[in-house]
Amino acid sequence: MEATDKKTKPKIKLAVYWGAACGGCCVSVLDVHESLFDVVAAADLVFWPIALDFKYKDVEAMADQEIDVTLYNGAVRNSENEHLAHLLRQKTKVLVAYGSCAHMGGIPGLGNFSDREGIFERVYDTTESTVNPDKLRPQTETEMKEGVLTLPEFYNDVRSLDQVVDVDYYLPGCPPQTERLVEVFMAIVTGAELPPKGSVVGALEKSQCDECERKKTDNKTIKEFRRPIDIQDDGETCFLEQGVICMGPATRGGCGVRCIEGNAPCRGCYGPPADAMDPGAKMMSAIGTMIDANEEEEIEKIVDQIDDPAGTFYRFSLPGSIIRRKLL
Amino acid sequence: MEEFKPTIVSFLCNWCSYTGADLAGTSRMNYAPNIRVIRVMCSGRVDPTFVLTAFNEGADGVLICGCHPGDCHYHEGNYKCLRRYHLLQKYIQQMGIHKDRLRLAWVSASEGRQFAELADEMTETVTALGPCKIKEVMETLA
Repeated sequence: MEATDKKTKPKIKLAVYWGAACGGCCVSVLDVHESLFDVVAAADLVFWPIALDFKYKDVEAMADQEIDVTLYNGAVRNSENEHLAHLLRQKTKVLVAYGSCAHMGGIPGLGNFSDREGIFERVYDTTESTVNPDKLRPQTETEMKEGVLTLPEFYNDVRSLDQVVDVDYYLPGCPPQTERLVEVFMAIVTGAELPPKGSVVGALEKSQCDECERKKTDNKTIKEFRRPIDIQDDGETCFLEQGVICMGPATRGGCGVRCIEGNAPCRGCYGPPADAMDPGAKMMSAIGTMIDANEEEEIEKIVDQIDDPAGTFYRFSLPGSIIRRKLL
Repeated sequence: MEEFKPTIVSFLCNWCSYTGADLAGTSRMNYAPNIRVIRVMCSGRVDPTFVLTAFNEGADGVLICGCHPGDCHYHEGNYKCLRRYHLLQKYIQQMGIHKDRLRLAWVSASEGRQFAELADEMTETVTALGPCKIKEVMETLA
């Protein structure tokens, strides 16, 4: 990126990696569609396991800081995720935590309600479809006559990327809105002034409610919490005012209110807005204002209608929140 | 082994509970020194973030005190606090934090005696529960 003349400007080197992820983030990179030509015109993809056959040793062979931008998606769940996080940090100038999992732990982060043994027991013993009479468990090393086979070590705890390595930018979303990715990418390519390190990019400062066009009253009141299937959504009234939990007040805008436009309440994948440090705390604060009852008994009854506050309020952000895991 | 002395962070509203605690002090009542008082303008100002941060930074218990229902200086701050308290209770229990570690009580400006008793009682309860291991668990499992 140091060339003086535009014509001779070398392409930037781009890497995309998945940690503990579903693959959706990598697919969202493909969702640039024909803009992919603009991307490859400006960048060489030097590492992208979902699409290209580069090996870890190719990355290891690179010089430090040789990669200009790495989009790391996925949480850090095992030793392989952690190794690659450190390796890519070393080889990369700008490391972007891409997507909810790298940002705050995401869906894999819900594993922090349990630990390795708890998860292994469920997966390898007690699920209804498991047949494992020998109680086999994955081992990090297995001796075979051909040699030793290895698997990454599964950790007790899921971490967001910045709990493992230094992160330059965060691009939230499950997955991030592809248009936002192209904007951010183009800003880097054209050498536009980048925001300060540690910024959340490709999203707004304010909450979803700021962008949402559903009808809201100034003093929202909730008498009863209901599940989406229990209401006849009129398609235009604020979900919370209909008694359905919508994470809008505790979620950063910028996705284009995709879920709400599709008549589904916000689930919070963009993480908390700039003025809140913990999405669940922000949500409890907001809901506390709305519950329409002053008598303790009635309040308890209404609060009881929220089946799983921890899982609902921290669906995408448990490892990145204040109480980042369950006490065991 | 050294005797466990819990740290209990307490948020007291400026108008009733802090004055109540002050009365306990000026009346020279003795109460457990484990209570660490933070004065807030209203119990409705106690953002759940404060409570969670207190636990995260090593508090063994959190006590919130506000004006009695109907007496709030700002009309309904204590009701908002009550609703948030119930949401927090449900949440902290899911996270494995014992319910008795978080308490909400109404203390008026004239209830110095009640405040001192509450402080002693909560200290006793939390001492019996032992240290809240949030910080430790997060560090060892991470």
